[in-house]
Amino acid sequence: MRITQGTFSFLPDLTDDEIKAQIRYAIANGWALAVEYTDDPHPRNSYWEMWDLPMFDVVDASGVFLEVTRCREAFANHYVKVTAYDPSHCRQTTAFDLIVNRPAIEPGFRLDRQEVSDRQIRYTVHSYASEQPHGERYRSGSSQ
Amino acid sequence: MSEPEPEPGSEPARPFSIRRDGDDNAAGDGARAPDASGSDAETVPDRLPDDALVDVRSEQEAVHTQEVLDRLDRELVGLVPVKSRIREIGDLLLVDRLRERFGIESSRPTLHMSFTGSPGTGKTTVALRMAELLHRLGYLAKGHMVSVTRDDLVGQYIGHTAPKTKEVLKRAMGGVLFVDEAYYLYRQENERDYGQETIEILLQVMENQREDLVVILAGYKDRMDEFFQSNPGMSSRIAHHIHFPDYTRDELVQVAGLMLAQQHYELSSEAETAFEDYLERRMRQPRFANARSVRNALERARLRQAARIVAEARTDLGKADLMQIEAADILRSRVFDDDSATCTGEPPQETIDEGA
Repeated sequence: MRITQGTFSFLPDLTDDEIKAQIRYAIANGWALAVEYTDDPHPRNSYWEMWDLPMFDVVDASGVFLEVTRCREAFANHYVKVTAYDPSHCRQTTAFDLIVNRPAIEPGFRLDRQEVSDRQIRYTVHSYASEQPHGERYRSGSSQ
Repeated sequence: MSEPEPEPGSEPARPFSIRRDGDDNAAGDGARAPDASGSDAETVPDRLPDDALVDVRSEQEAVHTQEVLDRLDRELVGLVPVKSRIREIGDLLLVDRLRERFGIESSRPTLHMSFTGSPGTGKTTVALRMAELLHRLGYLAKGHMVSVTRDDLVGQYIGHTAPKTKEVLKRAMGGVLFVDEAYYLYRQENERDYGQETIEILLQVMENQREDLVVILAGYKDRMDEFFQSNPGMSSRIAHHIHFPDYTRDELVQVAGLMLAQQHYELSSEAETAFEDYLERRMRQPRFANARSVRNALERARLRQAARIVAEARTDLGKADLMQIEAADILRSRVFDDDSATCTGEPPQETIDEGA
């Protein structure tokens, strides 16, 4: 199941040039870019691991893209995203985040129903990938 | 677009291929496919047919390089070899641009440079202009300059250097990295010095990311020569070794004229003669730093002028008096005092310090 979260996630994956264009757009707006990765892409997992430090004073897209490339190489079978942080007054939050790398095979999620008192149903989204321990998810990408 | 568009339905296909920057350059020939540039934001005009004709002047005007070169001419006195070299580089890039429009492939020129020369000969200023020029010609995406020294690149403990250097490189991407006094990166006496690591990272980036970054190494001539001798890899990756000659006395007088004009001061005619005399003496002294010394001398002349005006306490002070620097303001310099000071190499102390 293809994970759709973050900006443009319903579009086909962006090419490198398109990613660079987005980075350029963020820099032009004065947003600071950072690269993050995870192997737990649960929709409620807001805190992905940081790859290096946020790049507050990088003024050219190639500098940011260098980190994207390095992170992709190191975590080829993880989700990698580029986030743009808007530091302007009154906003001070993420302006966009863009998934730039995803594992070859995404096993997806299942819905767990839990019956509680009075026949109420509680729902949980369960990620198949998280059945494996941290770091062993999305291995090789061929046999899952 | 170097990447194929992924089809919306095809799940298992890896839409993101890992692109190692510089893989295409690794062979050393640096051949650059016209569509693989990616880094420059501007759109490349359509390829011209083989029998088309282009106008060099209009192309030159379109990128406004002449402006930068003219400014260089105006702002910097002398430096004829430097200026002509920069003009040549500008011409080469312009011709490359035109060739690209016809679809003629050529390897991307190596633009890393080394600027050697005494202090105060304009190395930093020229590097700034160079960054602007390369930006106008579309070779640098941003055209800013990041000026660093050893301290900014080399770490203090094991494992500190690489991230520190990479951080600086990232900031410099799209512009010029100006490494002042680059020879300090290499410490011959200590082979475990972390500077070596910085040099290796620099070399790698200079080779693999030529399209993103131009590195300019600057420093004194003799020490840079030594540095290049001990790091032949560095020397061979730098195509342009530009030497900044020392200024002659007449050029320094012109420099002073420009500096004074910027600050709205002027020398009286006697002061002008006195200043020439001052330069003559100062140039023989140790630690003479060309234009920088001239600037400092003028700063001190301003101080003396102010002191004189206050001491005179005239009641009829006009605008011209406030702008005029008199011969007395210059002749009171310690340089005129004692000719023996020139031999000892230690300029004597005075209230207004006569340093570099």
